[in-house]
Amino acid sequence: MTWNNNIEITPEMVKEHGLSKDEYKLCLEILGRSPTLTELGIFSVMWSEHCSYKSSKLHLKTLPTTAPWVIHGPGENAGVIDIGDGQAAIFKMESHNHPSYIEPYQGAATGVGGILRDVFTMGARPVANMNALRFGSPDHPKTRHLLSGVVEGIGGYGNCVGVPTVGGETNFHPSYDGNILVNAMTVGIADQDKIFLSAAAGIGNPVVYVGSKTGRDGIHGATMASAEFTEDSEEKRPTVQVGDPFTEKLLIEACLELMSTDMVVAIQDMGAAGLTSSSVEMASGGGVGFEFNLDNVPQREEGMTPYEMMLSESQERMLIVLKPGREAEAEAIFHKWDLDFAVIGKINDSGKLTLSFKGEVVADIPAGPLADNSPEYDRPWDQPTSAPELSYDDVAAPADMADSLLKMMASPNLCSRAWIWQQYDHQVMADTIQKPGGDAAVVRVHGTKKALAISTDCTPRYCYADPVEGGKLTVAETWRNITSVGATPMAITDCLNFGNPERPEIMGQFVGCIQGIREACATLDYPVVSGNVSLYNETNGTGIHPTPAIGGVGLMQDHDKMVTIAPQSEGEVLLLVGETKGHLGASIYLDVMEGREEGAPPAVDLKLEKKNGDFVRSQILDGNISACHDLSDGGLLVGLAEMAMAAKMGMDLGIENGDIPLHAYMYGEDQARYILSVPAHKADAILKDAKEAGLVIQKIGTTGGEALTINGNITISVSQLLDVHSHWMPDYMSIE
Amino acid sequence: MKSAVVVFPASNCDRDMIVALEKITGQKPHIIWHQDTEIPDVDLIALPGGFSFGDYLRCGAMAASAPALKEVIRHADRGGNLIGVCNGFQVLTETGLLPGALMRNKSLKFICQDVTLKVENADTKFTNAYTQDQLIRIPVAHHDGNYFADDEKLKELEDEGRVVFRYVDKNGNATEDANINGSQNNIAGIINRRKNILGMMPHPERLIEAPQGGTDGRAFFESIINALN
Repeated sequence: MTWNNNIEITPEMVKEHGLSKDEYKLCLEILGRSPTLTELGIFSVMWSEHCSYKSSKLHLKTLPTTAPWVIHGPGENAGVIDIGDGQAAIFKMESHNHPSYIEPYQGAATGVGGILRDVFTMGARPVANMNALRFGSPDHPKTRHLLSGVVEGIGGYGNCVGVPTVGGETNFHPSYDGNILVNAMTVGIADQDKIFLSAAAGIGNPVVYVGSKTGRDGIHGATMASAEFTEDSEEKRPTVQVGDPFTEKLLIEACLELMSTDMVVAIQDMGAAGLTSSSVEMASGGGVGFEFNLDNVPQREEGMTPYEMMLSESQERMLIVLKPGREAEAEAIFHKWDLDFAVIGKINDSGKLTLSFKGEVVADIPAGPLADNSPEYDRPWDQPTSAPELSYDDVAAPADMADSLLKMMASPNLCSRAWIWQQYDHQVMADTIQKPGGDAAVVRVHGTKKALAISTDCTPRYCYADPVEGGKLTVAETWRNITSVGATPMAITDCLNFGNPERPEIMGQFVGCIQGIREACATLDYPVVSGNVSLYNETNGTGIHPTPAIGGVGLMQDHDKMVTIAPQSEGEVLLLVGETKGHLGASIYLDVMEGREEGAPPAVDLKLEKKNGDFVRSQILDGNISACHDLSDGGLLVGLAEMAMAAKMGMDLGIENGDIPLHAYMYGEDQARYILSVPAHKADAILKDAKEAGLVIQKIGTTGGEALTINGNITISVSQLLDVHSHWMPDYMSIE
Repeated sequence: MKSAVVVFPASNCDRDMIVALEKITGQKPHIIWHQDTEIPDVDLIALPGGFSFGDYLRCGAMAASAPALKEVIRHADRGGNLIGVCNGFQVLTETGLLPGALMRNKSLKFICQDVTLKVENADTKFTNAYTQDQLIRIPVAHHDGNYFADDEKLKELEDEGRVVFRYVDKNGNATEDANINGSQNNIAGIINRRKNILGMMPHPERLIEAPQGGTDGRAFFESIINALN
């Protein structure tokens, strides 16, 4: 290939690089001249939606991000919260949607790799991986292939690096037929006095490249992730990166070993836009300049140009600023772990990113303006609205209540996910004390009595029906899930997946969801500490349902107090906390039983959420509760069925549904509700406490037997439930 | 009891093994780096689970030729106790210290779940704290645990009581359904003829205290302590 860095930049080239005319004008102003080809590439990726958040940052700024326990909020590689005893939990969720659709195994695998690096680059040992996955309709011809590849990719990477994948969520909906969502989250633990940031410092300090060699994979990945898909998206397969979890594992160990010394000034992983974004972020963050000799970059392929090196998204690479004179010591650590180590440049006071290649300067860009003066758009947006309320009177009762429950539990969105999580090593590190399948995953903080509870949630059908309420509901659900195991919800990471922001309707969904998240986080004292935005999840003009996935993290001081959703013995009393109104709008019942997607989502009263949740948590921590489950998809009856299946034990239910039709009472998705299973001798005291606290609470049955029995006349055997619940996914996936 | 754990690049159950050994024996194990050419004199060496060398080439193949393995083999040749769990079992078959091979699971998928094992031989250094035919619950987490040996070897293992653990159902029957990875004769763990080297796919080190969901793995380590006393 003939390489001409100084080629004249034409309007076509600007367009191909995804830059608008105005953006290119800004680029000319910053440089005071025409860019070289390498520079054009650098501007292109830095100002892509994926890296610059140009459509979203105006709105993201409105989210609550502080609390006394927040050490680092958004802006760093991941969020950091104080978990006591000088320790910190560090976490973030990130999307890898576009690549996973094109190449599911590698797309998902490198999504896991990328988020792991965001966490260990800050000095944390990753202790848990989670995910939030959305696929198209099960009937769509690609869904099997995508589900299979994504799950294998997540497992293939996470299992090898030895970080347990402890939970997640998976949904199917036709709005994802052309754009699946793969959101991966990592949680790590660090000592608060050993947290590393990316801002470079120290004129003359060496800048070191470690990890894998640079190849041509992933060039323009960030740009791809910033555009809609069209029919020719398959052609973008070469822009998907290829992961090597073996190298990642070595990189984790080598970096943590390096960080245990005092050699590191700053460190940053090379994620989206690779060497470009990592170096620009480090230089601009520290207000310094970097000069690199690109000839020293370890290269996997011959004849790579500066353009390719700067835009490559080869995986498992890090950029480190070392203290001067410590290169040999640092190199020894990386060589012990068989990883490349190369000094590729040093810090100067120019404030510029200056790249030379074969003796020639190929790029010379002011790093500050490149990072900070990136475009910011106030895109037009339509005021989000809510779908009209749907009365339960407009939803037919099922012909047979027992059959309806079996049909619900065997449906794609409620059936067991064991087929997925059994492909993930969810136990390695031996600290997983609540496995997938419950409300939240729980991992011990190694060597302590503390534990972290983690939950990823989103109910896109709510967000579609009413973005503002949907945003609130999503945050509230993670909060409830964390509460249900006995943990105190601390903070969230958000992974905001939407369609094309240039359409006011989509932008309205985004703005609405942000508003809902903002209100929920503020009321629940549950700040956003990190996040990611994925826009342009559209194919041929059809967008996904708005999907602001939330990853919540909570803390337990004593993990022995944790509860699961499984009642412990027969004869326990089942208590329903919260008010049941039979809300069937936007419910899963409406979808599964009637094939209808309509109505407003349930209203969420955030103060009531807090009140009910705080009561439930205090009862758990007082040791009064044997099992707890929050109610969400499918409402009361689905929640009860999940508890019965987890315990492999029946329940005798006496339901007082008053004027509400039984099916609405049992499947309505009213919020702020929990089921508690409590030892019989404790039930009266709990009821009394709850009533004194002004909570709505009632006794709805007892545990025991081999079936769910409702009001003595509806009987569903637990073994039959287990059977239908466990079979859908393996059966579906076994069809060629 | 003095013990040591060998660490290869991308071992990832090394810490779990170290923690289990320390909690149960009361002594911190030595760490043997894969490139070490001298190893401490210990009562037990453990090859942990993980993806040594990324499982590239074949699971355990490259680890089997690591410098430290020469010394580990010498330790075993002297009659020293040696266990291999999961990837460690794969390393033991690759070195030839144990017969057979571990192939890809019959489902072709990675499997992580608790399984029921039957203790087929409680008269070994590694199982004496269990009772004969005891059913225990231990997790597996592997992609390549499908045990294979030729007919002659298999007969030898069975006849000599060297099948130590077998995948069984809740009633203790070695059914096809219970055989999660397709192993011949539902084999989950075997021992050498001299009875000082044991390899198993399931992970006893993951179930040693109640919060982990059970303690069925403890007796495995307690057996070794018993045998030394």
